[in-house]
Amino acid sequence: MLEIKDLHVKVAGKEILKGIDLLIKPGEVHAVMGPNGSGKTTLAQVLAGRVTYEVTGGQARFEGKDLLAMKPEDRAREGVFMAFQYPVEIPGVSNAYFLKAALNAIRKYHGREEIDAMDFVTLVQDKAKLLGLDETFMKRGLNEGFSGGEKKKNEVFQMAVLEPKLCVLDETDSGLDIDALRVVANGINAMRSPNRAMLVVTHYQRLLDYVVPDFVHVLVDGKIVKSGDADLARNLEKHGYGWILEETPRPPQAARA
Amino acid sequence: MVSKSVLQEQMAKQEYKYGFVSDLDEDKAPKGLNEDIVRLISRKKNEPEWFLEWRLRAYRHWLTMKEPKWSNVTYPPINYQDIIYYAAPKPKKPVNSLEDVDPEIRNLYEKLGIPLIEQERLAGVAVDAVLDSVSVATTFKARLAELGIIFCSFSEAVHEHPDLVRKYLGTVVPFNDNFFAGLNSAVFSDGSFAYVPPGVRCPMELSTYFRINAQDTGQFERTLIIADEGAYVSYLEGCTAPIRDTNQLHAAVVELIALDNAEIKYSTIQNWYPGDKNGKGGIYNFVTKRGKALGVNSKVSWTQVETGSAITWKYPSCILQGDNSVGEFYSVALVNNYQQADTGTKMLHIGKNTRSTIISKGISAGYGRNTYRGRVQIHKGATNSRNYSQCDSLLIGSTCAAFTFPDIQVQEPTAQMEHEASTSKIGEEQLFYCQARGITPEDATNMIVNGFCKQVFLKLPMEFAVEAQKLIGVSLNLEGTVG
Ligand SMILES: Nc1ncnc2c1ncn2[C@@H]1O[C@H](COP(=O)(O)OP(=O)(O)OP(=O)(O)O)[C@@H](O)[C@H]1O
Ligand SMILES: [Mg+2]
Repeated sequence: MLEIKDLHVKVAGKEILKGIDLLIKPGEVHAVMGPNGSGKTTLAQVLAGRVTYEVTGGQARFEGKDLLAMKPEDRAREGVFMAFQYPVEIPGVSNAYFLKAALNAIRKYHGREEIDAMDFVTLVQDKAKLLGLDETFMKRGLNEGFSGGEKKKNEVFQMAVLEPKLCVLDETDSGLDIDALRVVANGINAMRSPNRAMLVVTHYQRLLDYVVPDFVHVLVDGKIVKSGDADLARNLEKHGYGWILEETPRPPQAARA
Repeated sequence: MVSKSVLQEQMAKQEYKYGFVSDLDEDKAPKGLNEDIVRLISRKKNEPEWFLEWRLRAYRHWLTMKEPKWSNVTYPPINYQDIIYYAAPKPKKPVNSLEDVDPEIRNLYEKLGIPLIEQERLAGVAVDAVLDSVSVATTFKARLAELGIIFCSFSEAVHEHPDLVRKYLGTVVPFNDNFFAGLNSAVFSDGSFAYVPPGVRCPMELSTYFRINAQDTGQFERTLIIADEGAYVSYLEGCTAPIRDTNQLHAAVVELIALDNAEIKYSTIQNWYPGDKNGKGGIYNFVTKRGKALGVNSKVSWTQVETGSAITWKYPSCILQGDNSVGEFYSVALVNNYQQADTGTKMLHIGKNTRSTIISKGISAGYGRNTYRGRVQIHKGATNSRNYSQCDSLLIGSTCAAFTFPDIQVQEPTAQMEHEASTSKIGEEQLFYCQARGITPEDATNMIVNGFCKQVFLKLPMEFAVEAQKLIGVSLNLEGTVG
């Protein structure tokens, strides 16, 4: 589904990603962990098409198509969804209006007609229930005055409504209380399917206790320095990143797939 | 930042769809202004002596006045001798009914989307169409007359309803009020007049559609609306002009008078030609609009959506004279490319328990300069008066500017004042967030801007709210819409 080869990315003139290789197949959940500033958000944003992140080498293919050549909105329409580490606020534009616009833009791209107003309400109510969001929230401005946790919930809620093929979650678990974490994790798990893949950026094992990954990658200084299964994350939780860094550096390896 | 520059480029593209010129045979005065021109205009309109006298007094006073320089706009000096002060399409035959309107003119209004026939689409709206200097058609007159409502061109009112005109003309905006009001009083050639008798609720929107067609002309129209005791009227004004390289002057005066328990709601969608993307051409819109809430419990409400004109100088105001009277000002002002707007309102609280609300939304894009200027005066004796003001600015891109000059003068200790202001910017982050959900930057901008304007759009009559929303999109040159 997603194939990244030797991806190099610069931000503000500085090289942040220094050759990433990653293969994600449908149905798989990949976790990306790594110290602050190692380039996890950079990877997520590049996949979504943020222009401030400049690709200087390598490639990324999504379902065989050249992802990096697509406009950000077309990537979303093709089925790439990124849940932001820091979702923005847009006052005056209601969550409902925004989400309907997004859904219709995606439908239009695929030659489908706009969603019927009643169908939309039903869809939204179902998904909102799943995430424990109350009715009034749809009428409020997009993320306007939302708490940190509510914003994260809203990201997963949008994802549930838009039903993308590839979900890139950037620290969606950060800032959530214990109950919210469970709700959000359930929301993510509900979307696991043989046709959908996930790339989950996180610092904590506690999310991966719920959303058990098939693969775990450790990103350090712009390179994937180690890949493994769910046990790798548990080891990291116990021992930190130190032991990996002490291991003799090896050339970055492609993820097993 | 590709997305941002693409967006800016998009917005710089000019797309003014009312820029056509109609080839009409016009009866024009020679360029320039002097007493003879004033007399000529008066003679063309076959005006009574008292009216000519009033014009001449205005003209003589205007000669002693100076063009105001305090506003936050810049433009080269205007040569008042280089303007044509009267231009009228020559009627091919006398116009006695709507069917007699010259087909060319009818075509022109069709193109503008304002058919001059009383047909179903506009069934809820009576239109007075003003072309250059004269009113060319008023629809639904007969139906309104049954209710005692007078809705006609100003020139007609001077002849048919001289008592009303004499009683109210200049009582809200006297000719010595300001330079442009003085000029207007001397040379205005037409406009709309409406009178709603006591206790009558006008059943349809009254509307005037202003159109500048002739070259080098100024348009100076005058509108006078009177709501008698307990009456209600909602009035809408729209405007367009052809695309021309030279600037054209538009100096209108609007006077509203609401007697006891009466309410006037005045909405404007101003879409005069704004000039091209380099700031060439466009209308100078120097307008004095003022309403007097004269009676007890009366209400004057202004709603404006200003997207056109090269320069806008305009402060629709309320004089809250009657006890318990209410004044409202809801405004969206958008500037793009090199447009400049200095607009806002004045709320003068004179009566007791008077209340006013100001909601101003300024949008700046391109190299636009947008200034909000507001004055709230609570006079001594206006006990328990209240004002709420909210001024929000939205910036698109980094080359535009927004200014806010609120001026609050309170001489009454029981007054309650509340003022809120905000400035926000459509940032790359917001646009990218929308893109990451499948929405183009153009649609995203449109969506954010409309969200920003919503409070004001909600105050417009339904069918015009939709128009206003579209117009904002076009003015920012954003293709497509969301929803
Ligand atoms: N716009 C920018 N200008 C300059 N430097 C940037 C910019 N964006 C990111 N960086 C730098 O790039 C590096 C990688 O940042 P990134 O956000 O990808 O890290 P991260 O792995 O997501 O960290 P965290 O775990 O703290 O979220 C950091 O050193 C960061 O300071
Ligand atoms: Mg990060």
